Amino acid sequence: MIERVEIKKVGKRYGSERALHGVSLELAAGKTCALLGHNGAGKTTLLGILSTLVRPSDGSVAYATGGKPLIGDAVRREIGLLAHASLCYGELSARENLALFGSLYEVPHDRAAIDALLDRVGLEPRARDREARTYSRGMVQRLALARALLSKPSLVLLDEPFTGLDRGGALQLGEQLGALRDSGAIVVVVTHDLEAIAGRTDHVAILSRGRLVLEERGAFDYDALKDLYHRHAS
Amino acid sequence: MSVLRQAGRIAWKDLRVELRSREIIYTMAFFAALLVVIYSFAFPNKPDVVRAALPGMLWVTIAFAGTIGVGRAFDRERENDTMRALLLAPISRLAVFMGKAIAIALLVLSVAAIVAPLLVLFFNAPLFAEPGMMILVIVLGASGFAIVGSVFAATLLKVRSRDVLLPVILYPLLVPLFVAGTKATAALVADDPELATAWYWIQFLGIYDAAFLVLSFWVFESLVIE
Amino acid sequence: MKKFAVPICAGLAAIAFAGSLWMIFQAPLQFGYNDDGSLNGSSLFFNQKIFYFHVAHAFMLFAAVFVAGFASIAFLRTRDAKWDDIASAAVDVAIAFGAVVLVTGSIWAKAAWHVWWNWEPRLTMSLLLWLILVGYALVRKFAGASADRVAAGMAIFGMVGVPFIYKMVGQDSHPAAGRNGVVATLQAGMKGAFWLAVTAFLLWFVALVIYRVQSIRAERELRELRELGLDAGVLS
Repeated sequence: MIERVEIKKVGKRYGSERALHGVSLELAAGKTCALLGHNGAGKTTLLGILSTLVRPSDGSVAYATGGKPLIGDAVRREIGLLAHASLCYGELSARENLALFGSLYEVPHDRAAIDALLDRVGLEPRARDREARTYSRGMVQRLALARALLSKPSLVLLDEPFTGLDRGGALQLGEQLGALRDSGAIVVVVTHDLEAIAGRTDHVAILSRGRLVLEERGAFDYDALKDLYHRHAS
Repeated sequence: MSVLRQAGRIAWKDLRVELRSREIIYTMAFFAALLVVIYSFAFPNKPDVVRAALPGMLWVTIAFAGTIGVGRAFDRERENDTMRALLLAPISRLAVFMGKAIAIALLVLSVAAIVAPLLVLFFNAPLFAEPGMMILVIVLGASGFAIVGSVFAATLLKVRSRDVLLPVILYPLLVPLFVAGTKATAALVADDPELATAWYWIQFLGIYDAAFLVLSFWVFESLVIE
Repeated sequence: MKKFAVPICAGLAAIAFAGSLWMIFQAPLQFGYNDDGSLNGSSLFFNQKIFYFHVAHAFMLFAAVFVAGFASIAFLRTRDAKWDDIASAAVDVAIAFGAVVLVTGSIWAKAAWHVWWNWEPRLTMSLLLWLILVGYALVRKFAGASADRVAAGMAIFGMVGVPFIYKMVGQDSHPAAGRNGVVATLQAGMKGAFWLAVTAFLLWFVALVIYRVQSIRAERELRELRELGLDAGVLS
């Protein structure tokens, strides 16, 4: 269980391109952080670094539980990632994908457990044994979310989770995020859909050209988010 | 132990996906068969010429078809960024590497299992005069190819020009492997099979595979993490 | 000190080179080959003089594979671009040195064996190492943002492959290397010329590598400064 994440002066260079400069942030359990910014601002890179799969060129990220640091597998076990891509195999069905990842995470992955999870994300039962490449964008997104939540992660990283979902799906996902927060997880959401996260974030961070230009804590309604975004994201 | 089990799960996943689509195996096998047909026009079909050219035909085919297979097997991990999912899972990266390498070795072997009989058929070649040792040579060669191929295909996963760079990297590095395979095969198809020579090159392949397997364990993780 | 490293090395290299030219001119003429590979004193004539440069360049080609390999290990461990610069610079320079090895080897082959290329083991080995380095350079150029990682992997695998290439090419008609080889058993008059030539090309190699490292580093600094300028709005 990750209770605290401390991002210290993290920078990332890709060859000659600098994607991030000296970003520092602290994330705490039971809080949702919205990471906002234009395309190319470095949000996805920061999520990559948080997921441990991108090595920062400068600075460091520390994961801790009860004051003790966590590293390696122990951190990865606690991370749930919903990325741009589905991270699921198109040639396998939803159930097979989840069974595979369940076995790799060594969490219960019998049919009942998987069906319960698929019910939660709202993937219709008759699609569950079909190959995932035949799914619609919204169904893929639900499967990807199920994969991210499969291991009951305590650090949930979501990259544009609302794309491809209809209004109902987006609402459902919003509720899921609320439930995750209530269960004590750290949630980081990268999104352009301010409406969908309005009232659901405790912490807003805005990136612009690889730098952190604003960090504010509190409750934000739609207008407040929109105002912050337009004033700082450029 | 659990590393091997996790590697087995990943390899089994690859094979299941492949059995479902059969894309890699069909295209690799067709390509390999075409090469054999081309050889039969390119080289005069005389017993002495065939005997001299046969080892080269076998290993060039394995190299070409194998490159297609290893490239495509990792393309699949790129399509939905599933490589990221594997690297993110709380398992050793060795398991990821081994799982992919095992699956690719099996793909290459299945191509060899098609090419070798075709060579025998089209050229009436004595490829399996010493079946046990010949199979050992092919297995060792395919494994070495899969080991080095997996490391670099995984490293190149996000590189745009990966399709041209993969052979640029693999062939210079794999020259000793292909030469050893060719020499061992040549010794085995000789009129009077030179078992001692073949055995020398089999040992060479074994040591080559072992050295590069250890090296891959050691560098795979630092190569695939951005 | 750092500023003067290149001119000092290059200057010493020039002096050693001039000295080695004179000594090579003075050195006795030796070893040619009959068609059956046995030694005689005549068939190479003056072509034998190429030996001094050919072997010196081959040493540098060989050394570069190990410099790049070890520097790449250090790079993957520390992710410090300094090591990557060294590997990349050593390879760039060694490609030029390797080209000299292949051309001079080819001239030797023509004189000694009457063919331009005969797949003689040591020359084959030079060719294979050279191809690994050329592959490395292609990766650097075309692998985009991950070029450093991919190239480092290639350098390390290439280095580990050296003993296998060595074993694979075996022994043949090339003047022998090693303890009882040509270099260890050189005549007195040739020894001095040979080692002076090796020293000259070693210094020249080092000078070029340092120069290349400095220019790679300067390029990066310039890029970073430009980005800072862009960010600060000073540049457009």
